Amino acid sequence: MTGPLTATFARLYGASGWAALSAIGFVLFVVFPALNLAVSPDSAFHVSAYWITLIGKIMCYAIVALAMDLIWGYCGILSLGHGLFFALGGYGMGMYLMRQIGRDGQYRAELPDFMVFLDWNAFPWQWWNTDQFWWALLLAVAVPGLLAFVFGYFAFRSRIKGVYFSIITQALTFAAMLLFFRNETGFGGNNGFTDFKRILGYTITTPETRMVLFTLSGAVLLGTLLLGRYLVTSKFGRVLAAIRDAEQRVMFCGYNTLHYKLFIWTLSAVLCGFAGALYVTQVGIINPGEMSPANSIEIAIWVAVGGRGTLIGAIIGAGVVNGAKSFFTQAFPEYWLYVLGLMFILVTLFMPQGIVGLFNKWRSAK
Amino acid sequence: MRGKLTITTVLLLASALFVCPAAALDRAAVEKLAFGEGDERLEAIGALVTEGDPRAAIVLGALGDGELQTASKRVIIVRGAEATDAVTGEKLASMPAEREDIVANNRLRGAVQGALAALKLISPDRAIRFAAAKELAGGADAGMLPLVKKALDKESDADIRTLLTHIAASLELKTGDVKTRLAAVRTLGLSGGHNAKPLLLSVLESETDADVRLEAQTSLKQVDERLLWGQRAGLLFAGISLGSILLLAALGLAITYGLMGVINMAHGELIMIGAYATYVVQNLFRTHLPAAFDWYLLCAVPVAFAVSALVGMVLERTVIRWLYGRPLETLLATWGISLVLIQTVRTIFGAQNVQVENPAFMSGGIELLANVVLPWSRIVIVLFAGAVLAGVWLLLTRTRLGLFVRGVTQNRAMASCVGVPTARVDTLAFGLGSGIAGLAGCALSQIGNVGPDLGQSYIVDSFMVVVLGGVGQLAGTVYAALGLGFANKLLESWAGAVLAKIVVLVFIIIFIQKRPQGMFALKGRSVET
Repeated sequence: MTGPLTATFARLYGASGWAALSAIGFVLFVVFPALNLAVSPDSAFHVSAYWITLIGKIMCYAIVALAMDLIWGYCGILSLGHGLFFALGGYGMGMYLMRQIGRDGQYRAELPDFMVFLDWNAFPWQWWNTDQFWWALLLAVAVPGLLAFVFGYFAFRSRIKGVYFSIITQALTFAAMLLFFRNETGFGGNNGFTDFKRILGYTITTPETRMVLFTLSGAVLLGTLLLGRYLVTSKFGRVLAAIRDAEQRVMFCGYNTLHYKLFIWTLSAVLCGFAGALYVTQVGIINPGEMSPANSIEIAIWVAVGGRGTLIGAIIGAGVVNGAKSFFTQAFPEYWLYVLGLMFILVTLFMPQGIVGLFNKWRSAK
Repeated sequence: MRGKLTITTVLLLASALFVCPAAALDRAAVEKLAFGEGDERLEAIGALVTEGDPRAAIVLGALGDGELQTASKRVIIVRGAEATDAVTGEKLASMPAEREDIVANNRLRGAVQGALAALKLISPDRAIRFAAAKELAGGADAGMLPLVKKALDKESDADIRTLLTHIAASLELKTGDVKTRLAAVRTLGLSGGHNAKPLLLSVLESETDADVRLEAQTSLKQVDERLLWGQRAGLLFAGISLGSILLLAALGLAITYGLMGVINMAHGELIMIGAYATYVVQNLFRTHLPAAFDWYLLCAVPVAFAVSALVGMVLERTVIRWLYGRPLETLLATWGISLVLIQTVRTIFGAQNVQVENPAFMSGGIELLANVVLPWSRIVIVLFAGAVLAGVWLLLTRTRLGLFVRGVTQNRAMASCVGVPTARVDTLAFGLGSGIAGLAGCALSQIGNVGPDLGQSYIVDSFMVVVLGGVGQLAGTVYAALGLGFANKLLESWAGAVLAKIVVLVFIIIFIQKRPQGMFALKGRSVET
């Protein structure tokens, strides 16, 4: 069995690629935890909790960007609904975290504060079994996955594509946002979930818990990258690219494109849900604002900035855009929208291949 | 207490009243009004009103203004340095030395107001009578019944008669015998003024006579039915109103999308720019031409169109032109444009909403039925949307540019082959679509908040209209806009605003699955790209 396995490894990345990945893994799993936990806060090398949370958050975004890149960069389907899948994952995990608060809420009640506030006496049906971690995790990936499957099945079957697909995914997200803003939906309305205390019995704000979540996000990110790489270098991935470039020809060749599109679309949603679940544990808040159409469009620009059709580009894009966002919203909040807007315009006009494309051009020119 | 009674209204009244003989008033009533206590004075007002003498209005007006005074046993009206006898209206030779004010408490003042309104009922001017009847319909005092009946005898105008019948019935309900009450209840059921329902409900509560109760129930049913019709009419109008707003917002988008296959995510911001252009014009009028302020909208409409069209054309030339054939990239780039536009407006005008005032002729509304008021601003917008639609239709079907636009929409390559300057048509059509967005913004500024985020709230809706209606035909956009408007309002009345919106969105998503080309698609063979 070593033969095919090493072949698979070789297919995914070359020697230098694996070396780079190992280096990144070393930084994520050894250097950051050491600098955060073992180095004293006074030291210049100490990495503060702020940075750990920020990088953890960006890694969750990078997973979403990877998921977006799989569907947009490789299959040519621009989804404006990935924010919805992300938020659904967050809500799934959020329900568990709300249950973990127990009687430590404002009202000292078994029910979450917002339910007490709304004068409810029991958990609504959506909350069934959400005190079980495995169930919440299942919800976090299954709900977005199922929604994407059903929605995608009908949409792809009626051959909706291009901007029409983008627009109806946006409508879906918008409808969901309105739904979640309602108190009656049972997910905390406007305020969503926040004030989490524990996860699996551990206090959620201790440096150790944070670090576990951080490394977990890193592991999932690297895993997603490898999974994506595995998919796109396979025959499946080539069919996807063919669908992107000339769907009709692929159909005439005898492929049922519905299955390919549906699979990658659902997988993409599941990955988003997983990222959302990781995100909510680290950021500590989830509300319907995450579902706003603007957020979903922003995901597309992460991928566009990094470089569509290259997995590493999606990760770079998520890092660059969100890094810039953190910087600008603190230093020059009034200029952030200009920067983001210009990023949209300039990248689509002048950098269709994104940062990775620029890098490749520079390397081949050399 | 309604507004202070002024001399002018009283004089106007006096001159407007039917009979003007110099006959003296009922001296006893006037004296009772001046010297009486509590209820006696109210009775006196009733008596004066019943007489319907023009001098009664003067005396009551004087009482309301605090000009009625007593000098020993005489009741006089003191106006400046002149004094007149309240009963006869004769001018006094000299101002009596010892005078005393007649103090009117709030209850008395209320009665005086009502009485003056009742007296206006017999004015020869229809408008005055109508206003008076409306005022009394809000709540009349039992003492006015005789005058109301008297006015009813003389009245010829149908609208006022309806109101008067209603007032008389509601008064008789409290005072009359069984037979009158029965008749009154029946009348209320037929007239159905806006407070007929509470009146009938109170009858059901307090009435002892079985026949009257039965009659009241039938009347109540009638009234309920009429209210239901009013609600339906209101719903219909709300649907048309929302539909026309959606139409305005989506019309421009339909043109640009139909023509170029470009989803312009900045369309909402072009609407917002139109609204801000209106705001600027309004401010300019306020500072430079305050006299013509009411007409600023006439100037704002072309300005809003021009500004948005200009911005649109610049965008087309600088950004969108370079992205033809890449619709998804266009979507992202125009989204970026929308962010830049939002932030620019925020920087110039601030993040807060700005105030755009309605011109005077657009405030208020038409009272269609007792429970349906159609605001003028909404009516004007419906008409405006119709006018814009007609204009666009004429432009597309009757002009050379329209011909080109339709040609490029149907088959760009072929149009180009036969010599249509497609690039120029694109720019002009994009300008047209953006200009219409500006007009939508001008209209929206009259009914909603104007802020940097204005466009964002309309973008999803206008896309839905375009997607539902299909591209390339105005009819699709019109039907889709009106259909969505109605559906939204109808569902809203059942399920609340948010659920209605969700249901509509889900419906559209399902509809698109079934018919991706929308309700109306251009016939012909198009190459799938």
